This record gives sequence, C-alpha cells and structure tokens, in this order.
Amino acid sequence: MAQTYRFTVNGEDREVSARPDLPLIYVLRNQLGLTGTHYGCGLEQCGACMVLVDDEAVYACTRTMDSVANKSVLTMEGLGTREAPHPLQQAFMEEQAGQCGYCLSGILISAKALLDRNPNPSRSEIATALDGHLCRCGAHTRIIRAIERAART
Amino acid sequence: MINQLPASVAINPRFDTWLRFQAGRTVRVATGKVEIGQGVVTALSQIAAEELALDLAQVVMLSGDSDAGPNERYTSSSLSIMDSGAAIRAVCAEARALLAARAALRLNCAVEQLTVAEGVFAVDGAASGVTYWDLADEIDWTQAATGTAAPKDAKDYRIVGKSIPRDDLAEKLTGGAFIHDWLPDDLLHARILRQPGPGAVLQELDEAAIKRAAGGTEVLRSANFVAFVGADEQAVEAAAAIAPGLAQWHGAPSISPGQQEADWLRGQASDDRRYGAPDGAGAGDLVQATFSRPYVAHASMAPSCALALFRDDHLTVWSHGQGMHPLRLNIAKVLDLPESAVTTRHMYGAGCYGHNGADDAALDAALIAVRMPGRHIRLQWRREEEFGFEPFGPAMLIDMSIRVDQDGKPADWTAEIWSPTHVQRPLADSGSLLAAEALKSPPSAQISDDPPEERGGGGTRNAKPYYDIPNSRIIHHLVTDPPVRTSALRTLGALPNVFALEAMMDELANRAGDDPLAYRLSLLSDPRARGVLEAVAARAKWPERGPGGESRGLGLAFSRYKNMAAYAAVAVAVSVDEEVRLKNIWVVADAGLVINPDGIRNQLEGGAVQGASWTLKEQVTMQGAGVTSLDWDSYPILRFAEVPEIEAVVMDQPGQPSLGVGECSVAPTAAAIGNAVAHALGIRIHHMPLTRQRIMASLLR
Repeated sequence: MAQTYRFTVNGEDREVSARPDLPLIYVLRNQLGLTGTHYGCGLEQCGACMVLVDDEAVYACTRTMDSVANKSVLTMEGLGTREAPHPLQQAFMEEQAGQCGYCLSGILISAKALLDRNPNPSRSEIATALDGHLCRCGAHTRIIRAIERAART
Repeated sequence: MINQLPASVAINPRFDTWLRFQAGRTVRVATGKVEIGQGVVTALSQIAAEELALDLAQVVMLSGDSDAGPNERYTSSSLSIMDSGAAIRAVCAEARALLAARAALRLNCAVEQLTVAEGVFAVDGAASGVTYWDLADEIDWTQAATGTAAPKDAKDYRIVGKSIPRDDLAEKLTGGAFIHDWLPDDLLHARILRQPGPGAVLQELDEAAIKRAAGGTEVLRSANFVAFVGADEQAVEAAAAIAPGLAQWHGAPSISPGQQEADWLRGQASDDRRYGAPDGAGAGDLVQATFSRPYVAHASMAPSCALALFRDDHLTVWSHGQGMHPLRLNIAKVLDLPESAVTTRHMYGAGCYGHNGADDAALDAALIAVRMPGRHIRLQWRREEEFGFEPFGPAMLIDMSIRVDQDGKPADWTAEIWSPTHVQRPLADSGSLLAAEALKSPPSAQISDDPPEERGGGGTRNAKPYYDIPNSRIIHHLVTDPPVRTSALRTLGALPNVFALEAMMDELANRAGDDPLAYRLSLLSDPRARGVLEAVAARAKWPERGPGGESRGLGLAFSRYKNMAAYAAVAVAVSVDEEVRLKNIWVVADAGLVINPDGIRNQLEGGAVQGASWTLKEQVTMQGAGVTSLDWDSYPILRFAEVPEIEAVVMDQPGQPSLGVGECSVAPTAAAIGNAVAHALGIRIHHMPLTRQRIMASLLR
C-alpha cells in the first residue's frame, strides 16, 4: 500500500515511503520533523497548515502525497532561521505580529506566495490573500503591517 | 519599603523557588504564570532584570513547572503582572540587597558605596570584580523572603517600560515551538472517543471494525473512557474519526432546540444572590431593557494537546493549561497517586483565552500513559472534539431596570442577571476534568459556584456601574443546570454586562437629550476614568459625530475591568447596510505602571478584535446529542478582511501600581459596537451576536 515518493522539501531532495492518500502534513511533521507546519482543523478552513507546492499556497492537511510527487514543497522552516531570518520573518518580529503564534507559520507561507506575485500589495490585497487564514488572538492588523513592511524591504 | 508581602511570596516564601544563580553569569527566574500568547513571561523577565540590575540576556525564565517553580494557581483574570510581577520584584530586590551586604563584607566597604551592573559590583564607581555568582553560595537561599527590601525607584528604570520584543515569538516564527511540535522518538499518538455527556454509558463499540480501518491501532477502554493509541498518527486519527459511528451509548444528553438561546435561562433552577443596595421604590421614570449573549466558544486555533510519560512510578505530564500546580493536584486525585508522584510542565499552546480543553487533554494523556508505561503518549483532540467538548463561555440574560431622577440621571440601578457558572476549573470546588466523568467512579456532582465578588465575580463581573449612581444592586441567578459545561472565558461576565450597561448609558443620555460622552463624564468622578474617555473621544473626533441614523455610526464605551484593574475606553466607527462593517477602533487604556508598552498595545488590539468577533458573529449551536457548531464554517469568527484599522494607546502612569490589562479592551469594544450600530440605525439591537439576520429583522420592524 505504501509507495516511495521523491520530492523536494525546502530545497533538499527527499524520499519517503507513504500511502498515496496520506495527507502531506503527516509526512512533513512525523517523517521529516518539520513541525512548524501546524494542524488546525483538517478541513481547509483555518490555514494553519499552509505550505507552498511549486510556489502555490496549499493546505497540507488535505493535500495527498500522490499529488506532490516530484514537486517542490516549501514550509516555514525553509524561509529562514532565527539567526538568518527571511525578510518576512524579520518583519513579523519587528512588528511583533502575533500573540500565541500558532497561525503564523501558515500565514508566512501565504504572505510569501503573495509577495512573489505582487511585490507591492495594498492593505486590501493582503487581507484578500489571507482570506484562507484565521487568527483567533486578533493580531490581524499587525500581521498586515508586517507584510507591508516586508514588501518595503 | 514594601509593607505587604506579595501574596505569591507568602505562598512560596523560599528564595530558591524563585531564583537560582547559574553558570554563565545567568539567573534562572521562575514564575507560576505561563506564556499563552500574551507576552507575560517577557514582561516578567524585564522586572527581574530591572531589580537584579542584570542584562535581559542574563535572565533565564522558567515558567509553569510544578516541581521547580512557584505555585501561582492559574494564569487568569489579568493578574500575572499584579501577582507574579509583584512577587518577582520583591524577591529580586531583596536578593540584590542580600548580595550587596555580602559584597560589602568581602570588599570591606559600606553598602552605600556599592553599585551593581550586570551582576558585577563596583565600589565608588570602580569595578571590584566581585559578582553575584562569587557570593551566591554564601547565602542560604532556602530562607524565606521577607519583602522588606526597597525595590528600585521607577525613575531609575532602564528595562521596565521598554517595548522588549518577545523571545517566544521569534522561536514560533522560525520553527515548531509548540507542545504540538514536540515529537519524542518513542512516542505513541493517541485520540479519544468522547463520552457524549456525563452519565452516558457505552453499550457497544465495534472494536474489530475500528482495528480493520486503522491498522496497528490499539483500543484502550476503561468504563466509558476509550482511547486509540498507535505509532501511526493518521491511523489513530482515522480510528477516532469512525469510532463515534461504531459506538452505542445509553443515556446520552438530549438538548432541545430552545436550550441554546439565552432566554431559555429565565425561570430555570438557580442559586440566587443579591448584592448592593436594598430594594428601591423611589420616584421617577423607570427605563427598562433586556440584553443577552448566547453560549460562545474559546475556539482555539489548535486542538488541545498533551504529552505524558509514566516511568518508574512517576508520571510527567506536559500541558498548555493555565495552571500547572492545580493540574498536578487534580490529575493525582483522579489517578489516586500521591501528588509527589506527578510532575506537570507547561509548554506553549495556541491561545486559549480562558479555560478550554487544555486541562482535559492532560488528563486524557495521563490516563493512557499509566496504562502504557515507559512511552511518551502524545494525545491530541480532534477539531470537532475541540468545538464540541470545550467548556463554553456561558449564555447570559440581563434585565436592566433604571429609575431616573428629574435631571435625567440614574438614581436607582438594577441589573438582574441569569447565567450558568463562569468557573469550573478543576479544584474550583465545582469542576472536574472531563475524562473523570467517564471513569468507573465518576466524581459526585458538585454544586457550581462563581468567583467571589472580591475577585471580580463571574456572572456579575462589571455589572455594578463604575459611574456615580446613588443606589445600585445586582440580582444574580446562577443557573445550575445548563445544557453544556461552562467555564472561564476571557472577561467572564464582563462582556455582556458592559454591553448592557453602556447601552443603557447611551439610552439614558438620548432620553435626557445629552451627548453620550458628556452624560458619562457628568457621572464619573474618577479622573483616570475621565482621562481615558476624553482621550478616546479626541482620537475618534467625537465632536464631529453628527446625529446618526444614516447607516454610519460612531459609538463609545468605558469600563474599568473588574472595577479594580485597568481602565479602558473604546470608540468604534461602523457602517451598517445589511450587516455591520467595522471601520475603525480606537482604544485608550490606563494600566498604571507599564512594563512593556507594545505588549500592552498588542493585548488591547487583540482584545478589541476578539470582543468584536464575539459581538458580531459568534454563537455555539446545539441540538439533540450535543453541540452542532463543530467547525469554522458553523462557528465563524472575524476574518482578515473584516478587521478594521485599530489604534491602541496606553497612558503611562509610572507613579501608579500596575493594573491588570490583558482583558480590559474586550468588553468596552463590544459595548462601543452596540452603541455605534444603534447610532447608525437609530434602533438598538439588544441581543448578541449582531448578525445580518438581526439587523434585517430590526430594520423591518
């Protein structure tokens, strides 16, 4: 039942054994140790699990392994590190854009997808790009400001 | 001199509970309060660094450890800076004084000649080379702190009052920092089949079908507690997903359609209390209105999670709950273990905003761990379990009845409140952990109670007006048998009570032909209360407000949280067509001495958004066997495109003690929205949430 899949994760070639219908999130977290991708609902409703697959933001909680074979996946760990943060991570730190932080890894991914296709988004374009995400703490205005800041850098 | 020993120090008097001088010229500072997204551990580290004259990097915080840290009960009620901050300030000031006394002996000088920076003493400004760490072993840190050393003068602060970025946020932005993200090598994943309600008995469970569908998953059963455990998380998840359809229960709850509404509460069995003035008859017109708020959810972004390991007769539980000491005691009680055989440790979770499923998940994990010794058990709730089984914020129904004098001012004020309890945390003598109900000997039913008035009350929280009103009273019907479990949700009863109270202030002002701001100010003698109201009105350009009634509204509201913590005034601009659109929110708060201004602004903004979400969108629905709002589609919250610009301002009062600030913007935001919508429509909507359906119904009336 399990099959071997090759794909690229954060720029590295990976080979995993998984069932074709296994959601990508389980492979990222439990096999590859990339736990920054968070499970929130499993229903494509909250966005906590967002990753890039070939530069498109997708829900890792429902995206199956057979659909990512030979593709390129980016998780929040692939953006940057605490010592060498990505401009988005840096901007989120500077704006203190977050409270509990659980939603942020997915939001960083959608923000990256947005800035890659639109380097100077308006406030409402940012809000639209984040429509697939929920934040329960109410850090929305800071998150939008952080993405505006990252766009300027 | 501190005259009074901080309460947390009285309970945890030994220095070494709070402080440990460690290698690398660092000091470990322990707190019983935990980081739940509010930035409090960073703020506490600022207080410690300030009093010990250390660099922030020299302070290593230990938070929420039942064995190594102080017992400060729960991280709740906006008390962390008031409780733990006061304790850490006193203990650190006294430790510095003890070390300075030793340094004076060592250096053969007077204490007055000494200064200290980064833990290194100087004599008359000349570096001595003697450090805290050279002297620490000469002091008996098992002794009790006395609280007699003078803390630093606020004018000398270098770190307190600065917007220090949060350490935990940097961690969370660059990797997996949550309890959910800790995956020890030997771990087994676990999920639960939840008992539908207390007293429900599992008649039949098709375990063979579950095992077929979820290969390698073990089914653990003890009375009505059922767990699925295995190394493959998705298989365990699959088992839990199909199990409810393969289980038959006897005595599951049966909820009738009307029970989800607040007006069901009127006339239900209740424990009745009265506070304030005796019954007033009096002359003058009576102004009356009824307000309500339905059951609402904490609705954490993450399903609750816990890890547990039972090894060598000792149980360790990792949890994102708000109180590690109470959790240890309660788990020990349920498992019939001595408290010394249980350790509880806090790890980061998603925001909880009160008592959600975190503690229950911890017991779930513990119950499995003691059955499967030697392995880390990682227990996670499912999304529908989180929405279906968390303890909800209770529905409330409020009758306001105000007698007005000849000048149109309130002379006699009555708030009559119906509400289930606002606190069933374990060990509140009225609550227990969820899974305990499913075990062979469930705990006996306990009488529900509310927090006492001196701690701010529960259903009565902020029901008493802060305004100058000759007579006021609260009649509180604590409804004893609600259809769902209820417990602490951010602000407890303050949101509905302030929504009702501040709506009445606007109505009374309109009735008297006064401006709502001027009317409030005429009834407020506390200058700090006036200060926040005047400041928010200026920011919102209140004098340009106009008569309203043209689909655009501006409303304001004030409250002092618990009538004893931070002051907050909020103004909200809305436009209303078929639904409410938030245009701007302005928040001004006075929280006394500010430890971290940006941290407070973050809380004020988040509280405003969350208050707006509860007010405009949220209601838990239930029918038949339980809750039916089991996902984010059926329980919508405010989204990115719906959040307006927010301006949050903190009035610094360095000469005043710090006031709990984390919850203060929530209730006045709800009330200001209610007032703005009334201004826009010319009609008041009394019942939350202020949905499109309610707007349309009120427009048709």
